[in-house]
Amino acid sequence: MGSDAGQDERAGEAQPRALCEQTKQMLAVRDGRDRAAFGALFDHYAPRLKAMAIRGGATPALAEDIVQDVMLTIWRKAAQYDPARAPVSAWIFRIARNRQIDIARRSRRPEPEALDNAPEPASGDAGAGDILGLEQEAEALGRALLALTPEQRAVIERAYLGDLTHSEIHAETGLPLGTIKSRIRLGLDRLRHELKDLRS
Amino acid sequence: MNAITHHLPDEILAAYAGGSLDYAFELVVAAHVSLCDECRAALTAHEAAGGAVLEEVGATAVSPELRSRLFAELAGPEPEAAVPTWRRRGPYPAPVVEALEGAEPRWRSLGNGARQCMLEESARGSVRLLYIPPGQAMPEHGHRGLELTLVLQGAYRDASGRFGPGDVAVEDDDEGHQPIAEPGEVCICLAAADAPLHFRGIVPRLAQRFFRI
Repeated sequence: MGSDAGQDERAGEAQPRALCEQTKQMLAVRDGRDRAAFGALFDHYAPRLKAMAIRGGATPALAEDIVQDVMLTIWRKAAQYDPARAPVSAWIFRIARNRQIDIARRSRRPEPEALDNAPEPASGDAGAGDILGLEQEAEALGRALLALTPEQRAVIERAYLGDLTHSEIHAETGLPLGTIKSRIRLGLDRLRHELKDLRS
Repeated sequence: MNAITHHLPDEILAAYAGGSLDYAFELVVAAHVSLCDECRAALTAHEAAGGAVLEEVGATAVSPELRSRLFAELAGPEPEAAVPTWRRRGPYPAPVVEALEGAEPRWRSLGNGARQCMLEESARGSVRLLYIPPGQAMPEHGHRGLELTLVLQGAYRDASGRFGPGDVAVEDDDEGHQPIAEPGEVCICLAAADAPLHFRGIVPRLAQRFFRI
């Protein structure tokens, strides 16, 4: 994977690579209310969201209701999507988790305060490098997940699909969690600095 | 506000991201992350890991009707926001204001000037606001499970150090511990536990019977 590593090192500078399809589609939904792009997002994420809901204990019929609810929430909250702060898969994962819990409990799950500044416009120079950098880290994260042993990967999946308690996560995921998280340290540092600027 | 020095451990943030925490702890996590950029960034990292899992977890075919139902809904008018958006008020971050449904806390005395306001209590756990006058000790208590205490105003000290606004204490044992509020401001904390708190001493025990603490 020598060529990959070389690419990663250049990540912060020139960006010969384009944004991934889902990010472009999500920006088209946010900025243009683009239904074709939303349809493409549906085709990619709906089957994954259904699988996630079923893993979370939903029947197939309830899982479809949850998918519909989550996709509708994505459409309606699109204005809050900021690709410089979170990869599109992370943003959708968060919405899916929140909605699934809201529906199961019939009450709203406590969520952190939203940051009150507006998302970066997709075309802004300041945002473009950050967005690509974060995306490359999300891709590296995906590769790191696939590179784990099947057992380690199963534990990580169970942790993020809500199958493990905090003490089980503490006891069982230490090593693979570290591997996964080291892949997004750069993005985290950037996010931390951005948050600091925001408050100063 | 002083810098936050006591943060949420990774496994609690991962459990919040994954959705396996109960309401009481979720409220403390949401309140702390509202105040703490460090933990907001860390939570985002866990959600990125969750997003990677979502991409790889597999795909279960959805029915064709789901797509048409969804697009029919998009064509309809967007409903007005059904839930109000809560804002931070005084020492209370928005998730706590939401738990209070926008009202002021309704304090009940615990004796010696200490007060509490129960926000939610069930067999699975409880979450409450505590109000400790300056220089006063919190009623001494032990517990069997996990306890998270987030300082919202003022500060306290116990055997493990000083906790100021935004700091969160994590107790996962049965050690009795006796936090004492620092002089100055009234100390207000958000405290969640997954087992009933066991206050030591006769007066707190009587209070426990009357006030369900």
